[in-house]
Amino acid sequence: MEKFNTLTGIAAPMPLINIDTDMIIPKQFLKTIKRSGLGVNLFDEMRYDDDRNEIPTFVLNQDAYRDAQIIIAGHNFGCGSSREHAPWAIADFGITCVIAPSFADIFHSNCFKNGILPIALPQEQIDVLMKDAEKGANARMTVDIEEQTVTTSDGEVFKFEVDAFKKHCLMQGLDDIGLTMEKAASIDTFEAAAQTQRPWV
Amino acid sequence: MSPKTLYDKIWDAHLAHEADDGTCLLYIDRHLVHEVTSPQAFEGLRMTGRKVRAPEKTIAVPDHNVPTTLDRADATTMTEDSRIQVNALDTNAKEFGIHYYPVSDVRQGIVHIVGPEQGWTLPGMTVVCGDSHTATHGAFGSLAHGIGTSEVEHVLATQTLIQKKSKNMKVEITGKLALGVTAKDITMAVIGKTGTAGGTGFVIEYCGEAIRELSMEGRMTVCNMAIEGGARAGLIAPDEKTFEYCMGRPHAPKGAQWEAALTWWKTLFSDEDAHWDEILVIKAEDIAPLVTWGTSPEDVLPITSLVPSADSFTGGKVEAAQRALDYMGLKAGQPLSEVEIDTVFIGSCTNGRIEDLRAAAEILKGKKVKDGIRAMIVPGSGLVRAQAEEEGLADIFKDAGFEWRLAGCSMCLAMNPDQLAPGERCAATSNRNFEGRQGRGGRTHLMSPGMAAAAAITGKLTDVREMM
Repeated sequence: MEKFNTLTGIAAPMPLINIDTDMIIPKQFLKTIKRSGLGVNLFDEMRYDDDRNEIPTFVLNQDAYRDAQIIIAGHNFGCGSSREHAPWAIADFGITCVIAPSFADIFHSNCFKNGILPIALPQEQIDVLMKDAEKGANARMTVDIEEQTVTTSDGEVFKFEVDAFKKHCLMQGLDDIGLTMEKAASIDTFEAAAQTQRPWV
Repeated sequence: MSPKTLYDKIWDAHLAHEADDGTCLLYIDRHLVHEVTSPQAFEGLRMTGRKVRAPEKTIAVPDHNVPTTLDRADATTMTEDSRIQVNALDTNAKEFGIHYYPVSDVRQGIVHIVGPEQGWTLPGMTVVCGDSHTATHGAFGSLAHGIGTSEVEHVLATQTLIQKKSKNMKVEITGKLALGVTAKDITMAVIGKTGTAGGTGFVIEYCGEAIRELSMEGRMTVCNMAIEGGARAGLIAPDEKTFEYCMGRPHAPKGAQWEAALTWWKTLFSDEDAHWDEILVIKAEDIAPLVTWGTSPEDVLPITSLVPSADSFTGGKVEAAQRALDYMGLKAGQPLSEVEIDTVFIGSCTNGRIEDLRAAAEILKGKKVKDGIRAMIVPGSGLVRAQAEEEGLADIFKDAGFEWRLAGCSMCLAMNPDQLAPGERCAATSNRNFEGRQGRGGRTHLMSPGMAAAAAITGKLTDVREMM
């Protein structure tokens, strides 16, 4: 996994609540057996019409936001299915940070496995960031994971919370499985005890 | 010992490692696998030379992509990419030596129906699957939730999951349900109250008289949609009904092991003075047969209601509601019971069990599907299908004009040939009414099997109580 460093980039405003995983990546694109290549289908049904032409009103089709690296959105972002294709599509498009008042649980956890930082901030601060994002390509936000801050193009700074372990893994680009395998002895011990206590499992 | 919730007890029994910062490794008893969210995980194992740590605890079944038409053995009914995905599961199951129910096996079906049916899901277990509706298995008092593909790979390799503990929420449904009100209405009513994010960060335990009165099938319906309320998992404490359901299932313990298991299972309940971070109480008698009007599972109303106006909401929901009304082609003030439908879908991991089919048959007996309505019933597994045939339900469905399908996820998520056309309106017993969920531009109204059957007869959203 790529290391997450300080990010300065364009933020796309998506002032919609409950952006679900079917919107992020519709089911017809789940039939892949690879992790890559889904960026072109990110938000597919909102992005293209029936003839596969871009819908000009959709934010990521506007010139100012084609290179967006951040999304600012309404609450409960990523609700719905557990499909990791959602963060795969987001990352493949080039977005590595989503900022919203709240996130669905499984999506939130999936982001960290794919080098994406989900940031939850209070609605009032989201309102400020949304306005900033609406200014377009000249307004670049900065996300500093080390300091846990988001800075608007006007220099306004908001502090955010992130789980210390997840932050560490994201910054170092660490593979969870490798880390867990270092604890194999604990798993072995647990498994042996469980086998005695609950042999039917 | 300090009092514990059921969730606390299962958590404690599966804690393999806890780091100083509270990051835990939770041991996983059952890992269910389907074809859509697993190929990249197996590929990851291959690339790193890792093995499946506990193949005997790993169970795979294809469900999302498989056609449900009777001719599905003919390969041309499947698209190339669907076939590749199912073939990948075939290959991975064989190569890694995990339990497998291929499409040709009568036990094949939706993973969340097959697990309990085969006795893989048992009380007090931790169950995960790369599918958000894994919450279903919580009906047995097992801690069950959906995971992403990276976590699927993590569980395959280590049989553990990196977790932080969730908060405890109690949802109590007091009293008795009224005629025509079902488990589906309970779970939709809860989401209507909490909203789709109300359960985020929580594990919900459902309790109360109305929950205890439900069959195991009904309890699975309730827990299935815990995720639509944002909760990772829903739980119901096991009781005699649970034990009776499990007894004799192919992978349930037998003899002395059954007795030992039973002894432990009987300790699986929330202690009286356990701490709850949040409590919600709903009177069963206040729940009416519900339908959704919008594009979020929280958009629920009694069938006797009018379509709401967007300005009756506040905050971001005003815009979301207007978008939903436009998408759904509905007008504020229109009675929901006058909304005409094109299609009826009865099935899914929410309502594809035998009891759901019985409820539909009860309404459909001696009746006909209205002319011009496309209606299908998709049993949740091959065994549910066989049982429905044995009970004569299949004949009722066919006589009424329903298509009687083979098992699979079917139109719940439209990853297979069963899809809605743009603008097509569907009365569905599934779990999500998101934009495009059942096919691009398709319009989904969620409801119980009885309500969906009633809609098939009248051709519009219908109060099932009028047909009882």
